[in-house]
Amino acid sequence: MNELLRLTAADLADRLASAEVSAREVTQAHLDQIEATDDVVQAFLCTDPERALASASAIDDRRAAGETLGRLAGVPVAVKDIFTYSGLPTTCGSRILEGWLPPYNATITQRLLDADLVILGKTNLDEFAMGSSTENSGYQVTHNPWDVDRIPGGSGGGSAAALAAFQAPLAIGTDTGGSIRQPASVTGTVGVKPTYGGTSRYGVVAMASSLDTPGPCARTVLDAALLHEVIGGWDPRDSTSINAPLPDLVGAARRADVSGLRVGVVREFSGEGYAPGVLQRFHEALSVLESLGAEIVEVSCPHFTYALSAYYLIMPSEVSSNLARFDAMRYGLRVGDDGVRSVEEVMNLTRGAGFGDEVKRRIIIGTYALSSGYYDAYYGSAQKVRTLITRDFEAAFAEVDVLVSPTTPTTAFRIGERADDPLAMYMADLCTIPSNLAGNCAISIPCGVSPQDNLPVGFQVMAPPLADDRLYLVGAALERELSARWGGGILLDQLADSAAGAHLNVARKGR
Amino acid sequence: MALTAADVGRLADLARINLTPDELAHLAPQLDVILEAVAQVSDVASQDVPPTSHALELTNVFRDDVVQLSLPVAAVLAAAPATQDDRFRVPRILGEEA
Repeated sequence: MNELLRLTAADLADRLASAEVSAREVTQAHLDQIEATDDVVQAFLCTDPERALASASAIDDRRAAGETLGRLAGVPVAVKDIFTYSGLPTTCGSRILEGWLPPYNATITQRLLDADLVILGKTNLDEFAMGSSTENSGYQVTHNPWDVDRIPGGSGGGSAAALAAFQAPLAIGTDTGGSIRQPASVTGTVGVKPTYGGTSRYGVVAMASSLDTPGPCARTVLDAALLHEVIGGWDPRDSTSINAPLPDLVGAARRADVSGLRVGVVREFSGEGYAPGVLQRFHEALSVLESLGAEIVEVSCPHFTYALSAYYLIMPSEVSSNLARFDAMRYGLRVGDDGVRSVEEVMNLTRGAGFGDEVKRRIIIGTYALSSGYYDAYYGSAQKVRTLITRDFEAAFAEVDVLVSPTTPTTAFRIGERADDPLAMYMADLCTIPSNLAGNCAISIPCGVSPQDNLPVGFQVMAPPLADDRLYLVGAALERELSARWGGGILLDQLADSAAGAHLNVARKGR
Repeated sequence: MALTAADVGRLADLARINLTPDELAHLAPQLDVILEAVAQVSDVASQDVPPTSHALELTNVFRDDVVQLSLPVAAVLAAAPATQDDRFRVPRILGEEA
C-alpha cells in the first residue's frame, strides 16, 4: 500500500508544499488505487489519467520555479458527474446524456482548476441525482467500501465511496435533499451542504433549482473546510448566488471550540423508524459535546414531519420543468429519427428510452402536481409547508446556535433492499430535507459505527443561513474528541486497518 | 384517489415520455402510493400561510449590459444529434405527411 493514500488533504498539501512529495507521485498513487479497487467499488464513471498527470507535473514545475500556488495545489479531487468539465463526458448517470462532451466548465470545476487541484475523474450518481442509493445510475451500481453488499448512499454515492476507498482525499457533490450528507453518513465520511446560494450552480446540471446546492466531501472536517473555501462564494453567472464573503470556515475548523454553544436536539427526528444503533451513537455524540462545554437542549420543530411530503412535491415539480430540456434536439440521445416520425414522436421515444424509472416517476409526479385542478392541493400546499418549516428553523435558531439530529435514520441498507419501494427509499432523506427546503446549511460527521452492524453512523449539525462556520466549529470539535476516545485517527482508519477493509489494501504495516 | 394506468399514460403524454404497457402497469401503483403519502401537506397548509417558492428573497438580478464572447458555433453544434448548414437539424415539426 502507498502511505500517501491515508493522508488527509491538509497533510498532503503540506507535504506537497515542502516538496517532500510531488503532485505527480500523489496523483499516480490515487490513479493506481482507483485501478486496483474500482472493479469492486465502482465509484468512478470515468477517470482522466493523462490530463491529471500532465496537470500534476505542471503544478510541480511551477512550484519548483517558485510560484505561489493554491493551499491545496496538487491535491487530487473527484467530481460528481453532474458538474461540466470540458474534455470528459458529463452523463449525470443518465443514458440520455451518454457520451455528452460539455463545451464549458462549471464555475466550481473552474475554481478547482484555478486553485491547482488535480481532477482525477467523474464519480457515479443516481440518474440526475435522483435517489438515495446510487442504484438509479444508468451505468453501474456503486458499492459501499464498508460492506460491498450495501449501498454507499445517494445520490452522491460515487464521491462518498471514492473517499472511503482511499481513491481520492477530496470530492465534490450536490445536495438537493441530502445527496451529500446521507452518502457521507453511510460511508463514514464528512459531507457539507452549504447555505443555498453559497456555492455556484453554474454548469451543474439542474435537478430542482430552488434546492440544488453543490458542496464539499472529505474524510475530515478541516479538509471539507479547505475545499469549501476553494469552491464557495459569489458567482455572477448564477443569479441565485449570494454576493457576500464566506465566513472563516478553515479558522472555525481549527478553533473547534463548542464551549458555551447552545445545541438543540430536534425532537421530531427520533423514535419509530430510527435504528437503535444509530440513536445510541447519536446520544453518545451529544454527551461528548456536553463534556466539551456545549449546552444541550431539546427543541421542537413540529412541521419537520411534513418536510418529506413537501419535498416530494416541490422537487418533482421542478424536475418535470428542468428535465424538459432533454428533448433530443440539441444534444444527447435521439431515438427514432427516421425521416418520417414527427418531433413529438422522436421526443417521446427518446425520453422513454433515455430516462430510467426514478426519473420517469418524478417527472410524472411533478406533471401531476402542477396540473390544473391539482396545483393548489399539491404544489400550492407544499409551498406553504416550506414556509412553515422555515419558520420552525427561525424559531429554533432564536433559542439555539445549531440544531442536531442523526443524518439518516439507519445505517447503509443492502443493495436491492428498497429498489422496488420508492417510499422506503425516500425515508433515507427524512432528516436532511428540511435544510434544503429552508436553504440553511448542514454537515454530516461520522460519530462511530453502529453496534448492531458495525456500519458508520452520521451526526448532522444544522446552522442558520450564512453561518456555515458553525458547522465546522461543531464538526471539528466532535471529530477531535471522538478521535481521542477511539485512540486516535478517523473513523475510516477503523475500516482501513480491519478485515472488512482488506479489499482496499491500505492497512498500515504492523497492524 | 386512485391513479390508474390510463391516468399515468395521459400524464406521460403531457411529459413527452413514451411508456411501455409494462412500465404503465409497474409505475401506476407506485405513483398512487407516493401521491397518497405526500397529500398530507394539505393538513397544515391553511389559508393564512404564505407560500415559499425559493429560500432566498431575491427579486430581479441584473448584470451590466456588456457584450461578451459566446461559445463558437462549432462547439455548440458538436454535441448535436444531427446538424445541417451550421444549424440543428430536427425531425418534421408540422402535422402533414412528410
